[in-house]
Amino acid sequence: MDIPPVPVPRFARRDFLQRTAWLAAAAATSPWRMLAQETATLPFANGERPLVRYPQKRPLLRLTSRPPQLETPFAVFNEGPITPNDAFFVRYHLPQIPTEIDPDTFRVTIRGNVRAPLSLSLADIKTGFEEVELVAVNQCSGNSRGFFERRVGGGQLGNGAMGNARWRGVRLKDVLEKAGVGSGAKQVTFNGLDQPAVAQTPDFVKALEIDHALDGEVMLAYGMNGEDLPLLNGYPLRLVVPGYYGTYWVKHLSEITVVDEVFDGFWMGTAYRIPNTPGACLPPGTAAKSTAPIGRFNVRSFITSPGDAATLTVGREIFVRGIAFDGGAGIREVLVSADGGRSWQAAQLGKDLGRYSFREWTLALTPTAVGALELKVKATNRLGESQPLEPLWNPAGYMRNVVETVRVQVTA
Amino acid sequence: MKTRLSLLLCAAALSAPGFSKPLKIELPPETAGFKPGPGAELATGQCLACHSAEYITTQPPLPASFWKASIEKMRTKYGAQIAPDQAQALVDYLAHSSAAPEKK
Repeated sequence: MDIPPVPVPRFARRDFLQRTAWLAAAAATSPWRMLAQETATLPFANGERPLVRYPQKRPLLRLTSRPPQLETPFAVFNEGPITPNDAFFVRYHLPQIPTEIDPDTFRVTIRGNVRAPLSLSLADIKTGFEEVELVAVNQCSGNSRGFFERRVGGGQLGNGAMGNARWRGVRLKDVLEKAGVGSGAKQVTFNGLDQPAVAQTPDFVKALEIDHALDGEVMLAYGMNGEDLPLLNGYPLRLVVPGYYGTYWVKHLSEITVVDEVFDGFWMGTAYRIPNTPGACLPPGTAAKSTAPIGRFNVRSFITSPGDAATLTVGREIFVRGIAFDGGAGIREVLVSADGGRSWQAAQLGKDLGRYSFREWTLALTPTAVGALELKVKATNRLGESQPLEPLWNPAGYMRNVVETVRVQVTA
Repeated sequence: MKTRLSLLLCAAALSAPGFSKPLKIELPPETAGFKPGPGAELATGQCLACHSAEYITTQPPLPASFWKASIEKMRTKYGAQIAPDQAQALVDYLAHSSAAPEKK
């Protein structure tokens, strides 16, 4: 690797330095010592993030380092409808993440209420079941949390905790049917190789309803955009739950268990829950009376070009472009406003890569007057669901999907 | 012809299902720490046992009630071994270092 070295950041605090002496020692001898020299600033308070290059990744916005949480620079979404593997966001919950995987010894077990428990190698998965491919968006539940007003605690993300990839793998349905689901099965739980730092921290285990697990769309994926999964995206095998928030897309998937009751582990019963209200929203600053596990994506759309604060020229045509997606109904229409929301024009939709994919859109626009211009985008899916003009609020900062606005200047 | 065939077979073997390489990565170093101040050492010892400092340092200004609830969550849900007198000192440090007014 041909990367110029820069000084290792110095710590002011002696005890912190001692605590992390092994990290500093590792840094001094590793190629990673050049990192964190550049920053990006997300447009909210305390939004400065170092751009750090992780293994198999280009420099991404680092939210946290232990465990790694990395956000995709928003400009990547203007490059095309597929998010490259090296730009795809990273989100972990538990600090002990696997950093070494041997696909020959890796196993995923299928246990619980099944007639024949299985322990499958990666080769068993790849050769024992029909291979399928699907283009699908993965989006963090808390994508865009940093834009919430009033602000809420949690990962302070911009709009880059999402990505769209062509996933390759096998149907969860086929694997479960090989094991033989017993009668009375209610849910299926999923665990990966990541581990907590202390035994009292609940392991990251997620659950799907049995009918959902058997719908033929949920995948055990080993391929991403024609390559193996990057390690930080779940190598060698991850769950892909099309249309559902990323919390369910368990990485380094190692245990699948069919259970006869509703699984109420911490990450289902306490965390990742949304208010039981229309739009999952509440008056800002209030608490939910009752909650439910988060589920499908709502409708979102983004302008990827021009960017905020871009300069346009009067009389010169440009193409406004962007992406839209939803939880799997598919995008029916994208409307763009060039006057702050007073009037709307239908954008031209790009190639349909499937109802779980980003859908590209474009609209030709010729600015007619000098001054500030407010561009807005609003998508509607095939169920008629759309996006609110004003942001909705919930205590955990999930599911933001307000109509997005880009402010540009038009000059003579 | 024979050479070409064996090359083709070799390529086929490389792309055959089941062929994935052992993978080992090295994570970049952890560089974030806490601002000095009363309670910073306590925060370093307690919080960084399980996660890096950015979990706290990237938060927006939030009221003391948020940090109190967070400490309680770490104790009761995540199993952090925080004594009651330490909990208050931690809340004081976290609320002070984020310097947010308590909203009514």
